[in-house]
Amino acid sequence: MLLEVENLHVRYGNVEALHGVSLMVRQGEIVAILGANGAGKTTTLSAISGLLRSSAGEIRFEGRSIHKTPAHQLVAMGIAQAPEGRRIFGTLTVQENLSLGAFTQTDRVRIAKNLQWIHELFPVLAERREQLAGTLSGGEQQMLAIGRALMAQPRILLLDEPSLGLAPLLVKTIFQTLWEISSAGVTIVLVEQNAHAALKLAHRGYVMEVGKIVLEDRAEALLANSQVRDAYLGG
Amino acid sequence: MEEFLQQLTNGLAVGGIYALIALGYTMVYGVLKLINFAHGDLFTYGAYLGLTLLTSLALTDRLGFFMGVLVLVLMVMGLVAVLGVILERAAYRPLRESPRLSAVVSALGASIFLQNTLMLIYGARFQVYPDNILPVTALDLFGLQVPVMRVLIVLASVVMMVTLYLFIQKTKIGTAIRAAAIDQGAARLMGIDVNRVILLVFLLGPALGGAAGLMVGLYYGQINFTMGWVYGMKAFTAAILGGIGNIPGAMIGGLLLGVVEAMGAAYLSIAWKDAIAFCVLILILIVRPTGLLGERVADKI
Repeated sequence: MLLEVENLHVRYGNVEALHGVSLMVRQGEIVAILGANGAGKTTTLSAISGLLRSSAGEIRFEGRSIHKTPAHQLVAMGIAQAPEGRRIFGTLTVQENLSLGAFTQTDRVRIAKNLQWIHELFPVLAERREQLAGTLSGGEQQMLAIGRALMAQPRILLLDEPSLGLAPLLVKTIFQTLWEISSAGVTIVLVEQNAHAALKLAHRGYVMEVGKIVLEDRAEALLANSQVRDAYLGG
Repeated sequence: MEEFLQQLTNGLAVGGIYALIALGYTMVYGVLKLINFAHGDLFTYGAYLGLTLLTSLALTDRLGFFMGVLVLVLMVMGLVAVLGVILERAAYRPLRESPRLSAVVSALGASIFLQNTLMLIYGARFQVYPDNILPVTALDLFGLQVPVMRVLIVLASVVMMVTLYLFIQKTKIGTAIRAAAIDQGAARLMGIDVNRVILLVFLLGPALGGAAGLMVGLYYGQINFTMGWVYGMKAFTAAILGGIGNIPGAMIGGLLLGVVEAMGAAYLSIAWKDAIAFCVLILILIVRPTGLLGERVADKI
């Protein structure tokens, strides 16, 4: 098992946002986490990447307990996140953003190879290499956020709403690229409100409601599930 | 013309000193969004440590003037950098998660503490740098007689600024500092240890500020335990002038403020020197609050 989350609790001050979330991700899988706004999807992801500290429960990566490990060390271990809202470095160039993604990497040859792969996945990032990242369009910024996370050569890639605010055609392109990334051996955990696109791509899915996992199944089964259809797929 | 050029070189020397101090304010602000009010006092420590080391080690006698001063500058920078790190550990790190105002109050407290410690050690009177050690000769620059010390200060501050600029712009660690200044959370997701970035900023800023303190001692010959306050305010003005948080801005702001002040003192009245500097601050806050280079805002939502 690559990643195991067990009975995870996270608090913001006095408010508990996650009330015991458990999930697991196998090597090579694409796992979707679905749910409405405020269900705790982003909180779950941020707890895994170490940006948020859990108040109880355990997170294990390759069998090792990581819920007390600081975020910057998790990157070196192989966990990379493209966070909610993209959070690219707007006043740095596209190239500088990508280089920062490889901050923990030391092997120059591998970095260059990886950069070439990312430029193949997202050719626009190669074209706009010297441009300030803040001047990119929303879709390009999302590509940069994903590319930047991939520069860390992660074992597992955490994606927070990659489709947010993007035109349908662009969403399709990005999800196709995610498939390519997955085929290259990167495990993906995907948080999405666009449940349809996410379940088409994913192997398995979890559905969250108010800080809890309420449903867990294979993606096809979730797509066919009448509860899921009513709540998240627009009937 | 002669008078004008003399004032210009003088302004650049003073401006270089302002710029070096301003860099400390702007770097700390960039990463922590905190005005380190104790920074001016670290500058004063640079001046006092420089005096003590200069007189007690007799560096210039042993190594000759240039090597002696070079070693002195490096020693002062190292020592004040250590002070900066201690300051961060003692006064700011415990308040990292507290409201911004707590850190500001802590900064002012640290400033008072540092200033008074210095007074208790050295006394409240002006201290004088030995004038027999330093060269008083003038250099002939295209017919203009410029004191050697002034030329050295301009050169030294420019070298330090260019080095810092290249470090920030061209190295991996420098890029990490810029990234942490933009978004600490995102920087952590890149694998950057933000605590180490903050530590580095509290090494670099005070090192430059300490060097500036030494320069003031060498340039004017006398130092006082309260001088960090005025120089700190001037450098803070310079940082705002260039756009706080912006490193090239602090350099340009410092040099510009030094020149404006020197010109004002020469052609209006020397008594108005400080008033001119703060009028510049008020003007910039009214006309262009983001400063000359401002924060380049290019983030799309």
